[in-house]
Amino acid sequence: MRVVHGLLAIGLALAIWQLIVILTSVPSFILPPPLTVMKTWFESRVLIAEHSLATGTAILLGLTIGVLLGVSTALLLAASKTIRLMVRPMLVFTQALPVFALAPILTLWLGFGIGSKVAMAVLIIYFPVTSAFFDGLVRTPPAYLDLASTMGASRQAVLWQIKIPAALPALGSGLRLAAVSAPIGAVIGEWVGASQGLGYLMLLANGRAKTDLMFAALLTLGVLSVTLYLLINWLVLTVLHHHAPAD
Amino acid sequence: MMVEPTARAPEIRVSGSAQVGDTPLFDNLDLSLAAGGWTCILGVSGVGKTTILRLIVGLKTGATFSGTIAAGDGLPIPRQAAYMAQNDMLLPWATALKNVVLGSRLRGDRVDRVRARHLLERVGLGGHIHKKPHALSGGQRQRVALARTLMEDRALVLLDEPFSALDARTRAGMQELAHELLAGRTVLLVTHDPGEAARLADRLFVMTEVGCKNVQPPATLPPRPIDDPEVLHAQAQLLASLRGP
Repeated sequence: MRVVHGLLAIGLALAIWQLIVILTSVPSFILPPPLTVMKTWFESRVLIAEHSLATGTAILLGLTIGVLLGVSTALLLAASKTIRLMVRPMLVFTQALPVFALAPILTLWLGFGIGSKVAMAVLIIYFPVTSAFFDGLVRTPPAYLDLASTMGASRQAVLWQIKIPAALPALGSGLRLAAVSAPIGAVIGEWVGASQGLGYLMLLANGRAKTDLMFAALLTLGVLSVTLYLLINWLVLTVLHHHAPAD
Repeated sequence: MMVEPTARAPEIRVSGSAQVGDTPLFDNLDLSLAAGGWTCILGVSGVGKTTILRLIVGLKTGATFSGTIAAGDGLPIPRQAAYMAQNDMLLPWATALKNVVLGSRLRGDRVDRVRARHLLERVGLGGHIHKKPHALSGGQRQRVALARTLMEDRALVLLDEPFSALDARTRAGMQELAHELLAGRTVLLVTHDPGEAARLADRLFVMTEVGCKNVQPPATLPPRPIDDPEVLHAQAQLLASLRGP
């Protein structure tokens, strides 16, 4: 039923798109009709697949590294007050700085290759993951901590056996956020300077007035991002359900 | 296998005053817990009865306490005490069995699964040991919490309204089960239920805004039947003293 509704909505959007093209007789290099985009997409499928692979790799690498870094930082922050006092302002500062502004510097340092894209994705997801997991770690239900304290638990044991398991749902929210923002980071990186990737392909197509190819790349990026989100969301829900089913 | 405590049940004496900020919570309190028996503190919310319990077990309170809390045997109290609260505090990601052995896992001690299984059987949950809390009813969860408390094998047990979230029938059953299984330990029960206090107390204190008063519980031995006329009478009197003049 949900699939039917989703397909209906997509069909409706395509119909409106086609209608706008017909009614406004807008030239194809500004807004190509959906059918033309589909045709281009099919004809350029090998090209698009190659660039998708580059972007996808950057996203997945960025996601993995970003999540690992975020989780470690949250654990450090939760473990030591000194670290918390020192690192937190810095963390907020890096987040206040638009990641977009850092893209040219990263490209300068890491080059046109995959490195700068991965770094962008890492930067953009690092804060949401850190802050979500850290919030979870410091919001352990006090009753659990009371109980552990009366049982004579060590700090380490409380962290591993109570705080971390209790913070997993919060980490799950962070992962979902990361899944939506990692593609943004990778594509920004590709816009600033790249030799491959969907972002690069879009700029290239745009420069040559191949708007249909640009749209095809954009749609591919959308499908890629949504698939990634659904996959991560499914993974999070499955793990959390197995971990601690709701009442 | 024994459910009885391996250590001798201590007498606990609490005397002193506590205040929250500048507001006194209780003044010149002097109460002692009967060694090996049930002492109940009955009171409405906010009079500081939970604070007393938390002070004894060494947990943080919002109050500053000046006075002494000491065990008759002179040993440090927190290491002799097990704690059970209104919320069952079961970890939702752990099975009943893992919740029962939580204490030894947190201390890094050897985990005695045989004893844990035995205790779960004693509280009537032998068939549920691998279930997680979400699959258990409120009463069953509180029984897991009781098994976890027994697993700690402490001679002093502090109960903070452990039965108040249960329905009347389950509550009555839990009171009897807890009384049976906690025999031989020094028990402090903090409650706002006059009926519960009248059923279970060997020694009884009523705590109100004006102070803490020692009251004589019914003469029969606990756990007293709910419908015993003397218990019902005591319950009515306790309620009256809670409501004040």
